[in-house]
Amino acid sequence: MTPDGAATATADVEAVRERFSPVQMMRRIARGELGEVRVLIGIAVIWTIFQLANDRFLSAVNLSNLTLQIAAVATISVGVVLVLLLGEIDLSVGAVSGLAASVMAVLSVKEGLSPELAIVAGLLVGTVIGLFNGLIVTIFGIPSFVVTLAGLLGWQGVQLAVLGDTGSVNLPPSTVTDLTGTFFDPGIGWLLGFAAIGAYAATLWLSRRRRVAAGLEVDPLSVLAVKVVLVGAAILAAIAILNSDRGVPLAALIVIVLMALFSFLTQRTRYGRHIFAVGGNQEAARRAGIRINRIKVSVFMLASTLAAAGGMLAASRLLAVNQQSGSGDVLLLAIAGPVIAGTSLFGGRGFVWSALLGAIVIGSISNGMDLLGYDSDIKFMVTGAVLLAAVTIDAATRLRRQHG
Amino acid sequence: MSEVETKARTASDGSDSRPLLALKGVSKSFGPVDALKEVDMEIRRGEVVGLVGDNGAGKSTLIKAIAGVQPADTGEAYFEGSSVRLTSPQAATSLGIATVYQDLALCENLDVVANLFLGQEVSDGGPGVLDETAMERKAIELLDSLGVTTLRSVRTDVELLSGGQRQAVAIARSMLGEPNIALLDEPTAALGIVQTRQILDLIKRLRDRGLGVVVISHNLADVFQVADRVAVLRLGRMVGDFPIAEGESSQEEIVAAITGAELGERATEEEPL
Repeated sequence: MTPDGAATATADVEAVRERFSPVQMMRRIARGELGEVRVLIGIAVIWTIFQLANDRFLSAVNLSNLTLQIAAVATISVGVVLVLLLGEIDLSVGAVSGLAASVMAVLSVKEGLSPELAIVAGLLVGTVIGLFNGLIVTIFGIPSFVVTLAGLLGWQGVQLAVLGDTGSVNLPPSTVTDLTGTFFDPGIGWLLGFAAIGAYAATLWLSRRRRVAAGLEVDPLSVLAVKVVLVGAAILAAIAILNSDRGVPLAALIVIVLMALFSFLTQRTRYGRHIFAVGGNQEAARRAGIRINRIKVSVFMLASTLAAAGGMLAASRLLAVNQQSGSGDVLLLAIAGPVIAGTSLFGGRGFVWSALLGAIVIGSISNGMDLLGYDSDIKFMVTGAVLLAAVTIDAATRLRRQHG
Repeated sequence: MSEVETKARTASDGSDSRPLLALKGVSKSFGPVDALKEVDMEIRRGEVVGLVGDNGAGKSTLIKAIAGVQPADTGEAYFEGSSVRLTSPQAATSLGIATVYQDLALCENLDVVANLFLGQEVSDGGPGVLDETAMERKAIELLDSLGVTTLRSVRTDVELLSGGQRQAVAIARSMLGEPNIALLDEPTAALGIVQTRQILDLIKRLRDRGLGVVVISHNLADVFQVADRVAVLRLGRMVGDFPIAEGESSQEEIVAAITGAELGERATEEEPL
């Protein structure tokens, strides 16, 4: 017994060492596992290039600005990820973000409603539009591409009507502008950071302990430690940088909390599992008793609500809502981001954090190009090339995965 | 055998001799086409029935009628002697009838554990929060008990599995509800030799667990390896019920029943396709 057990334990250690060896890690990245790591490498490359071209790129002020610049699109992208996981698409998220912000601005500035109520009303506009999209898609079986393409046009029209003759509403200082204008004291920033690290470590530790108790295979503690150290270092570095400028922005906290919340929803709940199932094989999901239409409608509602929330953040940063709010490249960037970071356009594959990682990639390119004095022409071309490169790499790794 | 006789036998012999499921006079038509005509069939505990027949003979229609997906137009069904109505998938499931269709209905983007528990996830604590630990442990226990040893990890995505492994996962999933009867539609189609043997072994283990198993197959060689009895459908009619467990019937006899030819006429043909 004992010699056998010892031999097995040694073999396990060997297997683990093998699995986490540098060579194996490289292979796993190449095969398309560890997608997050690949995006992080991409971000490191982009940041290095821009830092070499302009040493203000990695300055505290600029990174702080970058954080605020990507908050709105990252929020919209969370909803896009949910819809993409279903194998559907929502082309109306940009228009909905603009319309919701317009409703909020008109209600709070022109109609004198309190800013908080105006925000809630704006979010509800998103929810109702999502309900509408979801019902049309499920009841009539019309592809979401077409339904939301109609929405892209239609809701922009409604936005123009809501804004009226002036076409623009400036936001005076209020709760709305505070969303992106609030920065935490350094002390609170550190506190938030350590709380996040503690929560992350506790989650990993508790889940590992449960698996050990159940006699299941677990990663060695060293792997867990490395994860916590890496994530912790990233969080603390980010807070140190933000603190040396104006402090951790409230908007960043909002975005991170949304990511964590929806990541939990998709990865750890039955509802999230069913979203993946519908996106992977709708017929299989139906036969397994999953109520597909209910899942779809609710996801469209979440997506439009998150789009509305992104619209609020964008309005807050611009200190105004106008006819261009939510138009232009908002929609395309909100979809391109998650796809760059590894969420599939074809359903069933992806992760919520890809919304943030993709927004960082796209935001960094845009921000860096601005610093270097390039205009939109070059920005669009480079962003387009990065998107194409990312999906090509994704497709190539997937092929390699399936053929040995 | 009349119903009275059946009941009498049940009373004297105990429940073992009573079929798990007995179909009598089952008919089903699609417009002018009679897909099933007056079909009788019995499925017993601890028995593998091979259901064979040419394309269009009604095999899938019969399976769908039993599974409640496409209920029969007329006919009766008795579960352990009592009359039942197989009018919906839920009705069939509640009797412990599990069906594995040829397309398997697996989500390739999810891992083995997620597929096994799809639609019946185990949750803990908060509303709808998954208990992954419990599901993974149960999954490993289930696969071990079925002798499915070819999976390296139950956390592998199904897209990375071979055809045989997928079939095994689909069969294992149907076992989660502790069914009495398993209906398997072409479980060995498109599998290699080794994988076919593994699936046939798995089917034998289902039988050893006391299930009644119905295997639809085009491949008579496979059926002969695993079945105790072969039921032959031709043009919607049940034309033969051959015991084969101890070599009572030959493949030639069954091929003849499938094709409707006289014995010997096509006896040299190996593949009835």
